[in-house]
Amino acid sequence: MKDIALRTGGAAGDGIATIGETFGRFFTRNGYHAFGHTGYQSVIRGGHVWFQARAGTDRVWSQGDGCDLLYALDKQTVDIHAPSLRQGGVLIYDPEKFSVPAEEIPHGVTPLEVPTLAIARKFSSNSILQSAAGMGAAAYVAGVPMETLQGLLTDSFRRKGEEVLAQNLGAAQGGYEHARAHGRVLDRALPPKGGSPKLFLSGNQAISLGAAAAGVKFLAQYPMTPASSIMHWMAAHARALHIVVKQAEDELAAINMAIGASHAGVRSMTATSGGGFSLMVEALGMAGMTETPLVVVESQRSGPSTGLPTKTEQGDLNLMLGAGQGEFPRAILAPGNVVEAFRLTRQAFDLAEAFQTPVLVASDLYLSEDMQSADREDFPLDFDPPSLFTVPEPPSGQNGYARYAITPSGVSPRAIPGQKGLNFIAGSDEHDEKGHLISDVLSGVPMWVEKRKQMMDKRMRKLDGIRAATSPPTVEGSPHPSLLIVGWGSTANPVRDAMRSLEEQGIPVGYLQIHQPWPLHAGRVGEILRAAPKVLLVEENYSGQLGRLIRAETGFEIPAKLLKYDGEPFYPWEIVQKVREVVGRVRSGAGS
Amino acid sequence: MSVAAPVPKPVGPSLKVVYKSSTKPTWCPGCGDYGVVAGVERALQTLQVPPHEVVIVSGIGCSSNLPHFLSTYGFHSIHGRAIPVAEGIKLANHRLHVIVTGGDGDGYGIGLGHLIHAMRRNLDITYVVMNNEIYGLTTGQASPTSVMGHKTKSTPQGVIEEPVNPVALALSAGATYVARGFSGDVKLLSDLVAGGIQHKGFALVDVFSPCVTYNHLNTFDFFRQRVYRLDSAQHDPTDLQKAYQKAHEWGTKIPIGLFYRAEKPTYEDLEEALKEGPLVHQKAGIRGRTEILDEFV
Ligand SMILES: Cc1ncc(C[n+]2csc(CCOP(=O)(O)OP(=O)(O)O)c2C)c(N)n1
Ligand code: SF4
Ligand SMILES: [Mg+2]
Repeated sequence: MKDIALRTGGAAGDGIATIGETFGRFFTRNGYHAFGHTGYQSVIRGGHVWFQARAGTDRVWSQGDGCDLLYALDKQTVDIHAPSLRQGGVLIYDPEKFSVPAEEIPHGVTPLEVPTLAIARKFSSNSILQSAAGMGAAAYVAGVPMETLQGLLTDSFRRKGEEVLAQNLGAAQGGYEHARAHGRVLDRALPPKGGSPKLFLSGNQAISLGAAAAGVKFLAQYPMTPASSIMHWMAAHARALHIVVKQAEDELAAINMAIGASHAGVRSMTATSGGGFSLMVEALGMAGMTETPLVVVESQRSGPSTGLPTKTEQGDLNLMLGAGQGEFPRAILAPGNVVEAFRLTRQAFDLAEAFQTPVLVASDLYLSEDMQSADREDFPLDFDPPSLFTVPEPPSGQNGYARYAITPSGVSPRAIPGQKGLNFIAGSDEHDEKGHLISDVLSGVPMWVEKRKQMMDKRMRKLDGIRAATSPPTVEGSPHPSLLIVGWGSTANPVRDAMRSLEEQGIPVGYLQIHQPWPLHAGRVGEILRAAPKVLLVEENYSGQLGRLIRAETGFEIPAKLLKYDGEPFYPWEIVQKVREVVGRVRSGAGS
Repeated sequence: MSVAAPVPKPVGPSLKVVYKSSTKPTWCPGCGDYGVVAGVERALQTLQVPPHEVVIVSGIGCSSNLPHFLSTYGFHSIHGRAIPVAEGIKLANHRLHVIVTGGDGDGYGIGLGHLIHAMRRNLDITYVVMNNEIYGLTTGQASPTSVMGHKTKSTPQGVIEEPVNPVALALSAGATYVARGFSGDVKLLSDLVAGGIQHKGFALVDVFSPCVTYNHLNTFDFFRQRVYRLDSAQHDPTDLQKAYQKAHEWGTKIPIGLFYRAEKPTYEDLEEALKEGPLVHQKAGIRGRTEILDEFV
């Protein structure tokens, strides 16, 4: 497999995300799958920002292990990223902005000086135009037709008016021509493949889309990286999609508002990161106790506490499993890529509603904010959310409507406020079938002691239903692997890239991705693990939280672990190296 | 003269709607909250709103048990979070009458942040606070409205911080209907609650509702000796400055009644997504709207 990676970097405020996304679309518009990895710091201006877009002759799944083109908007970018340039790579920068001493250019890398500021000045006094020139030069070097860049610029600048668009097109052309005259096309360049362009989107956009497809009508959220862009997408589309998007005063309010809205009959959600989720814990239990459907997206970042706000981690699995006093049924779904983010978010709403209980969608910064390609067909918009008015008539019988009727499934017919004759009280206190408190004057009375147990059993039975309604995990990759990797969430991406390298090196590997940490399909997971010759746990946390869960649920202890908690996502080479070590095929200089 | 917004007389033959539930209150005999549930019930009787179109939301505390004693829809939530739950309900179905009931600890302590925001948002919600200046359910600790010097289980030497002034707070937070009742005057209380329900916007009805078990300072007698009615004192409820002055009266004479009322658009009025009616009755989902994917190309 031949891959190519284009990287750009600069200071916060330089528009790096836009340049990077454009690099990604160089590939996706020409029919390739791509991955876009963003790196930034928790400062608004001046902090270092970078973005890498990668594609390949085969599908790539992650940011990969190096880059072939680096467009540096400041010297710091050269200092940090030039060492990542691979043999045959090109470094693009503007000598008017800074100079790069020859000894700082890695062996086998060609510098390409592009007068981006001078080109920009021909069209406008606004220096922001320099990036159009830079992108033009990059397009040439990456072997991307000028028309692709023109199309991208036209789509972004058309609404800013003819003049701005013309300036951008002119500067881009200038950069492209300069590179044609003074530079060269990368050996790794991918010729346009044709076919329909791919979509290129972030995990949070896919989550939002999944929620919209599921029929979400209400989102309450409080800003917190890396969940905020869910609220941004929803707010931008709220008007067109008739969704109420409420920025709440805090996460306590956000989740309680979502519970209220859901109680009143609309599909509702909230989204946050670990810090905000910690504040939501008590209300999560209320959703369980009052049997209110609820979807909570928990996009993890490096903890503990404020931690590394712009860095990734999978450190909140224990929190999600244990959040809330006492016990109540919940599900935790963990997508690994944008397609799964769409599918599992949609499923989260269906499960929450079918089982009248909270469902968590576990994301992380790496999935939420990085960008991946997908085909349009990956996002089926063929779903009509059902109406919630499930109890049309008051059930006859002298006893009236019982909101919390004890049923074999644990799920009771649900009325919505406004429906006549079905009035009931939803209560966070323990209650009987009709919602009457059994927590005060009745508690401890033998008949009600028994009732309490029945109500607990009723609610907890839903876990069996959720397990039965969802698919057990399967193993992907080699049918006869010499090693099985186990993981969850976004680590699937570098794992997939690592698996391909290992395959090429003659080491067949399988991957068991746990899409549903809870309720775990423990029987199937145990079978798979026991049948594997060797098992390696790959997780982005310190203690191997999924490994611990698997041990608790299946009794299987995964001996080999690759754990990472430095804030960076896994790089495929790290996984390759560890696998080789575990299967006893260590080779010095492993990796690529 | 009526103290609250004009209360319409029920038209036509009385519907004889039952608002009381079959659950009997479990409050201590003599608890002020009996007067409050009677006041809310009477307000609903007066307005004749169908019980299935009313949702009463509460938090946790003795007072927060109130929804169980009425036959409307109810949500007995967690301590301090009744307001956001109610906001969610209202935004999902703004045709419902949403009433929040709870205690001073619930609303002015743990839940105070939510209250301030709900008032500035001016959602059409009526909030009835049973203010007994004590934590009843947890057996008698100081509350945010316990006055300076009040000796409680948690303040054996007396409270050494100023109490929250709910009326003044509501006026400055932008509440558009600010009233104070007394559970010893159920008639006035029910008028104030009915006025709050009819008022388009956020209504706060703070109610002196004595805890006969744990507060031996702010008793029924304490209030009976001090309260006077704002309507009898020719108070103009459209005058914000006067309302502030009245809010700061405390001591031998304490005003009850409607302090302030203003007309302002509600949050629901301004929310685009509700222009086509309650969210709960709108179409959901994006079936077939593949143009939404175009932005990702
Ligand atoms: C998060 C949380 N903290 C503490 C409690 C314990 N608690 C229950 S009611 C209450 C205070 C009740 O005071 P108030 O709201 O004034 O109601 P009252 O009983 O006086 O009517 C407290 C602290 C709780 N239930 N939840
Ligand atoms: S403890 Fe106080 S507030 Fe609670 S029920 Fe008894 S009298 Fe009422
Ligand atoms: Mg109290």
